[in-house]
Amino acid sequence: MAAVKIYVPRDTTAVSVGADDVALAIAQAAKARSAQIEIVRNGSWGACWLEPMVEVLVGEQRIAYGNVAPEDVPGLFDAGLLEGGEHEKRLGPVNEIDYLISQDRWTFWRVGLTESLSLDDFLAHQGFKALQKAWETGPDAVIEAVTQSGLRGRGGAGFPTGIKWRTVADTEADQKYIACNADEGDSGTFSDRMLMEGDPFGLIEALAIAGFAVGADKGYIYLRSEYALTHTILSRAIDTARDAGWLGENIQGSGFDFDIELHLGAGSYVCGEETAMLESLEGKKGIVRYKPPLPAIEGLFGKPTVVNNVVTLASVPNIVNLGGERYADMGVNRSKGTLAFQLAGNIRRGGLVEKAFGITLRELIEGYGGGTASGRPLKAVQVGGPLGAYLTADQLDTPLDYEAFVDIGALIGHGGIVVFDDTANMALQARFAMEFCAIESCGKCTPCRIGSTRGVEVIDRLIGGENREENYDLLVELCDTMEDASLCAMGGMTPYPVRSVLRHFAEDFAEGKQ
Amino acid sequence: MSANSIDKASVSDIVDRFGSRPEMLVQILQSIVQVHGWISEDVIRQLASDLNLSRADVHGVVEYYHDFRTSPPGKHIVKVCQAEACQAMGSRELTSHAEQAVGKDTTLEDVYCLGNCACAPAVMVNGRTHGRVDAERFDTLIGALEGRD
Ligand SMILES: Cc1cc2nc3c(=O)[nH]c(=O)nc-3n(C[C@H](O)[C@H](O)[C@H](O)COP(=O)(O)O)c2cc1C
Ligand code: SF4
Ligand code: FES
Repeated sequence: MAAVKIYVPRDTTAVSVGADDVALAIAQAAKARSAQIEIVRNGSWGACWLEPMVEVLVGEQRIAYGNVAPEDVPGLFDAGLLEGGEHEKRLGPVNEIDYLISQDRWTFWRVGLTESLSLDDFLAHQGFKALQKAWETGPDAVIEAVTQSGLRGRGGAGFPTGIKWRTVADTEADQKYIACNADEGDSGTFSDRMLMEGDPFGLIEALAIAGFAVGADKGYIYLRSEYALTHTILSRAIDTARDAGWLGENIQGSGFDFDIELHLGAGSYVCGEETAMLESLEGKKGIVRYKPPLPAIEGLFGKPTVVNNVVTLASVPNIVNLGGERYADMGVNRSKGTLAFQLAGNIRRGGLVEKAFGITLRELIEGYGGGTASGRPLKAVQVGGPLGAYLTADQLDTPLDYEAFVDIGALIGHGGIVVFDDTANMALQARFAMEFCAIESCGKCTPCRIGSTRGVEVIDRLIGGENREENYDLLVELCDTMEDASLCAMGGMTPYPVRSVLRHFAEDFAEGKQ
Repeated sequence: MSANSIDKASVSDIVDRFGSRPEMLVQILQSIVQVHGWISEDVIRQLASDLNLSRADVHGVVEYYHDFRTSPPGKHIVKVCQAEACQAMGSRELTSHAEQAVGKDTTLEDVYCLGNCACAPAVMVNGRTHGRVDAERFDTLIGALEGRD
């Protein structure tokens, strides 16, 4: 009898709640029962609230079991795990789980499906097909497809990717670079991480396509140091790809050279800002550069550089394979395609939901997320990381659309959605926004460096009930100065969450509420 | 990890591994911290000379990044996430608990997001991330650490 395939994700979140221990328990139970099994380490499908989620391949179907603990394993075997047997943890076929099948998986389609570190499995699932197609159609056709797709940067700023690539392609230089931003610093976000852990070869292919399109033979990935497991997986994938001739000189005899160097960050949030990241990649302090020159003209080591977020890049192979129009058919207005939303914080069914733009916050938070984890009323939602405004329960019908969010003084950013219940004290959240800015400021501009420290002091006085009106005005003034006179969004947008708290949750500053 | 000096040869090995390229300074420092836990004045001096950089430059980089500790950490390093998704799930209370609960041999640090925000609060213990950590689970995690005082 052939070995039964059992999938146990090797993904930071799954492992953080016991997936490695579950894999070990399964191996031991199988050995004790002389059962022939093969444990496959896939990525996580993104239904984080069900992790560790184990699947068993029965015939053609993958039968899922959710929230499996090591202690459950003997009982699962008794219940006929290997035949997909009935058990209280059994969820049914994975391709019938609503949360997953109702998504628009364009960028994340392989994540969860394949064995992350198996190049064969990758190749069996369209792996490197887009790169080969790019070689056939030529660089211009690739840039044309990306432009047509309407893809915008998923790292936060939402800049059209096609325009960026065109600029780099058209700039004459002896050397060009691709710099993949995997710094993923925003709280509430983990889509870059899940993509890199679940489909590392997919990202490698994406970088190679970008390199081919603009004429760069070297790519860098700047990975945050907090992602230890991601680092292990990604470095192994890069080595595997290189050993198999998918990175390096004359890739697969195509005449195209491309290689990737993986760099680690060192715990600085601002190093996610593209020019600070370039400084850090050059081995220096992560201090933000003045723009212009744009990195597309003078980027890494002064050379034309494409800086793109992980998810932006990983969306490209399917755009090349299926055509830009197919991508642009999804979404609304100027927000084309899909975004991998991340449901986090106080939410019952947290996880990754890749959906076309235009879905509302309510559909995401209530529909997918099932409301708060605590079961208490929702009080606030922060979308787009630490620089994003806090929204109220009354704003949940806002569609996820870059421009619609700008209209309400908010941002979509990297798609992180953090839910707070009614026990949250929003004055403390406003204080944290200023404190975080003070901790992470690169120090180049005074309003950001000094303003944020003053901001914390003023909020402390407000919370303490001292000269309320005067301090309130002072805080608004500080916000104005930071917004007007900061070089980057760190200082320039920290006022967003602060102002949103002043506007919607002013009562939380009342004395004695902390 | 040694208490208050860092082996010179081991630093040289790391520098070699990165081809003695000055633009790899951040990577070199990160590797040293991962192996030795911190960056000493001697290391700064050695790197400046090996990489042909000024000591002030190396100093500046070491000071800039949160990861580059300039004093030796304890035997164990525990980082509790302080960012918003974890705050929404009680990381402030968990942090207060952690301050009481860890032993003298443990360095407790803040971290801002471990990418585990759907299973908050998150804690990293000696480089491994753990999710859904309440006070009880925290105690189990640190109880399992080797050689606690
Ligand atoms: C303070 C700050 C932090 C940022 N952090 C990140 C990050 O962690 N990851 C990211 O992709 N972009 C981040 N960005 C946005 C980048 O500057 C840049 O817009 C992006 O990497 C470009 O790639 P994209 O066009 O594919 O989004 C940050 C920006 C600022 C101002
Ligand atoms: S706004 Fe802050 S982080 Fe951005 S460049 Fe100025 S000091 Fe640096
Ligand atoms: S906010 Fe704590 S893990 Fe992301």
